[in-house]
Amino acid sequence: MPLLVIEGLEARVGDKPILNGINLTVNRGEIHAVMGPNGSGKSTLAQVLAGNPAYEVTGGSVTYDGKDLLEMDPEVRAQSGIFLAFQYPVEIPGVSNAYFLRAAYNEIRKARGEEEIDPLEFADIMDEKLAMVDMNPDMLARSVNSGFSGGEKKRNEILQMAVLEPRLAILDETDSGLDIDALRIVADGVNKLRRPDNATIVVTHYQRLLNYIVPDYVHVLANGRILKSGGKDLALELEDKGYDWVTSGSPVGAGAGARAGA
Amino acid sequence: MTAFPMTDSAVESYVAAFDELSSSDSSPSWVQSMRRAAFERFAALGFPTTKNEDWHFTSTSPIADQEFVLLDAPSGDVRREELEPFTFGAPGWYTMVFVNGRFAAELSNLGKLPKGVKLRDLASAWTAAPEVVDRVGKLSSYDVHAFTALNAAFMHDGAVVQIANGVELDRPIHLLFVTDATAAKGMMHPRNLIMVGKHAKATVIESYVSTSDAMYLTNAVTEVSLADGATLQHYKMQREGARAFHVSTTEANQARDSHYVSFSFAIGASLARSNVYTTLDGEGGGATLNGLFMLDGQQHSDHQTQIVHAKPNCFSRELYKGILDDRSHGVFNGKVYVHPIAQKTDGKQTNKTLLLSDTAHIDTKPQLEIFADDVKCTHGATIGQIDQTALFYLKSRGINESLARRLLTYAFAADVLETIEVDDIRLSLERMTLERFV
Repeated sequence: MPLLVIEGLEARVGDKPILNGINLTVNRGEIHAVMGPNGSGKSTLAQVLAGNPAYEVTGGSVTYDGKDLLEMDPEVRAQSGIFLAFQYPVEIPGVSNAYFLRAAYNEIRKARGEEEIDPLEFADIMDEKLAMVDMNPDMLARSVNSGFSGGEKKRNEILQMAVLEPRLAILDETDSGLDIDALRIVADGVNKLRRPDNATIVVTHYQRLLNYIVPDYVHVLANGRILKSGGKDLALELEDKGYDWVTSGSPVGAGAGARAGA
Repeated sequence: MTAFPMTDSAVESYVAAFDELSSSDSSPSWVQSMRRAAFERFAALGFPTTKNEDWHFTSTSPIADQEFVLLDAPSGDVRREELEPFTFGAPGWYTMVFVNGRFAAELSNLGKLPKGVKLRDLASAWTAAPEVVDRVGKLSSYDVHAFTALNAAFMHDGAVVQIANGVELDRPIHLLFVTDATAAKGMMHPRNLIMVGKHAKATVIESYVSTSDAMYLTNAVTEVSLADGATLQHYKMQREGARAFHVSTTEANQARDSHYVSFSFAIGASLARSNVYTTLDGEGGGATLNGLFMLDGQQHSDHQTQIVHAKPNCFSRELYKGILDDRSHGVFNGKVYVHPIAQKTDGKQTNKTLLLSDTAHIDTKPQLEIFADDVKCTHGATIGQIDQTALFYLKSRGINESLARRLLTYAFAADVLETIEVDDIRLSLERMTLERFV
């Protein structure tokens, strides 16, 4: 059974349709890159999969691990192993990163029927995870993302991912605004977390990130549809020829092609 | 029977109580004269109505419509362990406990007070320390404030705190006013006097709490004087019973280079009004007035502050935050007066409110009157709701809706809670904030 099956997914914000029939299948162990120009709907796809109530799903279905994902509240999705690394991580002044991470970790443990852990045990776990994303332990005492630089925010997203160990991670433009060193650290973190039983969807505008996180499949999104799918070479071709190369053509065969991993 | 010029039928029920008190009053004659003058003033003023600008958003009729019995004799039965929820887990503090308005020595902890620190109960101090209590009534203004006048007419007990010049207190003083079920339909008029000597430093916590849900009225007045260079951290914890009425007025007078730091925390009572007034009466002083109120159900809680910059080169900082749920109603009115001579005044006032429901209501009114021309005064008020983006962010990490909302509610209050310098209080209030809206 595939981990994720998206069929004919349509969604809008207010009156504006953004996703117009997305088909995508993701199996365990795979990395999929979703690329596309600005406004193509790639971030919306990420938000819809995480359950952001600001987006209204108007058609299609999403099956996650055999279950209807669209019926699940955002927190239930997270507890079931879905993780969205935000393009714009939210600042929450007043709530410490340590408290936030432990609360999230314990909520997910509770959902799995595991015991909650105390702050001391959690500190041990954190040491290892912080090292993975090369973060200073001082940031645990700081408020969630508050006053963090762009790079720190993105690393904090990957830190959360490392702590929560998702089965399906969705990285929404995690590379935007990162210098090459930060990009490498973030990508290393993602690669270390890769396992045969989990999957990753990398949403990005640029091919650059895919030098570090090498995808099994690349999909090109435009106007809320997947126009072209292929292997990792597709990203290089896009880099070379630009998005116009895909978007100016007709979306022939998009449906079938998008089921690359099926 | 005394005849007073009656203008208000609500005042009449207080006449009998005043006559009764007068007939058995053992306080010094100057106090008796002040009582009489204050009662006459109260009778003339009557309970404030919403036509009074200072009471525009708060109706006192739930209080005026009741006939309260004056609680002046010792009453009640409160056990030490019942006080535990209200002592912030800090048993070592110097503590004066008052039960239903009267000092309860057996529940108090006056331990070994450092040299230069005197704690007295007012009921004894009238006769035992007349030279100290002669300042009672000098720092508060019963001529304009009806509830202060009512307090002056009926005041009987309370705490008299004296910190001598140069003394830095090693731990807080806690004045814990507790009511129990026997306070039902009763009224209490606690009167406190806090005097901090030159360059002395102290922390005083005033708590108003209840072990029952009885309906009663607390009408407290606290007078504070800070001598040159003195610092007082003054916390007020209003955690009255759910059906209680609570009115309290703090009036502080600050000499040069003194610093008054007030934190007003209010979560209790059905109808509450808190007044914190301070006058910067010497150069180089500072006043910091912070507050946090959290309401739900049908609670009404009104907070009025007044900072008078009477001398040059003083600063004032004010941050009041309200969190309102259900059909509750909050009021904030922050007055800042800058006298013509008070040049180089530096004042900043902020009021922020978080509304957790569509039916909660806040009235906020900054009121700056500036008569000097070389000053820096700012004010700002915001009213908001839970940030949906932040809520989704927390939920996307597996945190359930209820905990996510509580965390964001806590986060809203975090900056004002961080100003609390007494760790035991800060931790306790942080927990109360997290648990308030479950």
